[in-house]
Amino acid sequence: MALNIKQTAVAGTMESSDVMVTVKPAEGQGLVIHLQSNVLTTFGDQIRATVQEVFSDFGIRDAEVFLVDKGAIDCVIRARVQAAICRASGEGFNWKGEDK
Amino acid sequence: MINAVGRELPEKIGNYVVKPFMGIGKAVDDLPPVVSKRRPSLRPESGTKLLPTLEDAIKACGLKDGMTISFHHCFREGDMVIGQVLTAIRGLGIKNLRFAPSAVVNIKNPSVTEFVKDGTITNIEASGIRGELGDAVIDGLMENPVILRPHGSRPRAIESGDLMIDVAFLGASAADEYGNATGQIGPNACGSMGYAFVDAHNAGKVVIVTDNLVDYPCAPISISQQYVDYVVKVDQAGDPAKIGAGAARITKNPRDLMIAKRTVDVIAASRMFRQGFSFQTGAGAIAIACTNFLSERMEEAGITASFALGGIPAAIIDMYKKGQVRVVACSQSFDAVAAKAIVECPGVIEIDNAVYSNMYSKGCMLDKLNFGVLGALEVDTDFNINILTGSSGEMMGGLGGGPDVADGADISIVTLPVVRGRTPSIVPKVFTCCTPGTSVAVVVTEAGVALNPKHKYYEELKEDLTAANVKLVDIQDLCELARSIVGTPKPIECTDKIVAVVEYRDGTVIDVIRQIKR
Repeated sequence: MALNIKQTAVAGTMESSDVMVTVKPAEGQGLVIHLQSNVLTTFGDQIRATVQEVFSDFGIRDAEVFLVDKGAIDCVIRARVQAAICRASGEGFNWKGEDK
Repeated sequence: MINAVGRELPEKIGNYVVKPFMGIGKAVDDLPPVVSKRRPSLRPESGTKLLPTLEDAIKACGLKDGMTISFHHCFREGDMVIGQVLTAIRGLGIKNLRFAPSAVVNIKNPSVTEFVKDGTITNIEASGIRGELGDAVIDGLMENPVILRPHGSRPRAIESGDLMIDVAFLGASAADEYGNATGQIGPNACGSMGYAFVDAHNAGKVVIVTDNLVDYPCAPISISQQYVDYVVKVDQAGDPAKIGAGAARITKNPRDLMIAKRTVDVIAASRMFRQGFSFQTGAGAIAIACTNFLSERMEEAGITASFALGGIPAAIIDMYKKGQVRVVACSQSFDAVAAKAIVECPGVIEIDNAVYSNMYSKGCMLDKLNFGVLGALEVDTDFNINILTGSSGEMMGGLGGGPDVADGADISIVTLPVVRGRTPSIVPKVFTCCTPGTSVAVVVTEAGVALNPKHKYYEELKEDLTAANVKLVDIQDLCELARSIVGTPKPIECTDKIVAVVEYRDGTVIDVIRQIKR
């Protein structure tokens, strides 16, 4: 099921080891990622790849994403991005899908 | 060429001739007589050494372009001497100085960076460069590499002639007009002036800078009048809130507490934990917690320590007052409680940094240390330690006495979490090698204790820890655990430009830091 980003939504915090993810509608612009991170040099590419993967899993092509990362590990980034997408699209998360 | 910890080094870096690290105890110097810039001098004709301003003192010392100036870091981030002296020097138009403090603390308004940018300072030699200056240096601010030395190597460098100091500006919280000075009394007391002695004894000219002029003679005397050329009174030499306000509170972080407790398990399991043992724990969050747990464990075991050494926090003074430590030898005092204790307690003594850590003296106090607890940014699977550069290659700290303690103590224990945020702390190869792995006995993490099979006390420790049911793990497993949590970081790319040289305590080069590619 492809979701639509209808509104701006946020997930996460600015605490250490967390990431604050803001998702905004960006019709026709593709996926635009703005990343700030204290591990940008060492993990920047991996963080971007994770964000792209989560958006692709939801079938979303267009969105603007802002991440303020304080050293979150991969599963945390994934969860925060998923939550932000669900909030921005107004859809609930498909928990059954996680088990596959 | 490649040194004994596998680091590639050039033969020369500018005018700096690289002597590669050959392994502990392998430096081949035939030790020539001590070199000093100190000269005999007659008593001042005016009958006093007091000069009205810093400018007067700088002129009287004959400071000229290209000379070397030094400072101590006993006021820590509350230092107000360095900024005032550098401002006065700049005002006199003197340039291209070699700035050689015992450590560059992160002073602001003015920041040392300003004086590098305007050409007042063109060379830096210290134990570490934190904060703004560190970031600027690693991004290639300076033409000449910064030379970083652990505490024990600075007196060595000064007495061998590697670091000849023309003028030392030594801040003091109390001094008389004839040059007797101390850090132990006065409104801005910093405690031990351990890092000022070698400068006072060997600089060409010595200026005491104080905000608290006392009647002659000042007592106690740390720096003696016989070494001092001039005295200047300034409005303020230090900010007491930043010198070290009160005792550090005990961490509530459960992970740090767990590591601290486990560290004390290791100490208590060792056969060296016996009546009259000695230790150094330091001032980080884990270290302070260690000190408190150690105190409890000593009480249970009914033993006391002969001495505690190094930079001293309030937690150690508490142990002294409870009768658990006979002598506290302070090369530095980390807080106001520790600063006052030198005057109040007969067994709490100020010691010269050279007595603390210089391996080229006739024996330093570290040689007598049983347990040394150390912090680290990274440890690798060869037990090499990085205490300088962070996850993105940024300057994070100073060498301090870490490399000296690791080598001097019988059992050196490195305490650190397996990961910090997304940054692994146990890695295949440290970014900057500061302390060779062969001098590290134990690594303690929340995920277990790893022993270094190449350490001289390995067999003994293994036997003692196994008998005490301390969980032992392989350092490789800790490294793999860290990787499984955070992933594999992309290697940091550097240019060929060397921005800092990292010397070991014997004066050889253990590593270099290259400019980060942005």
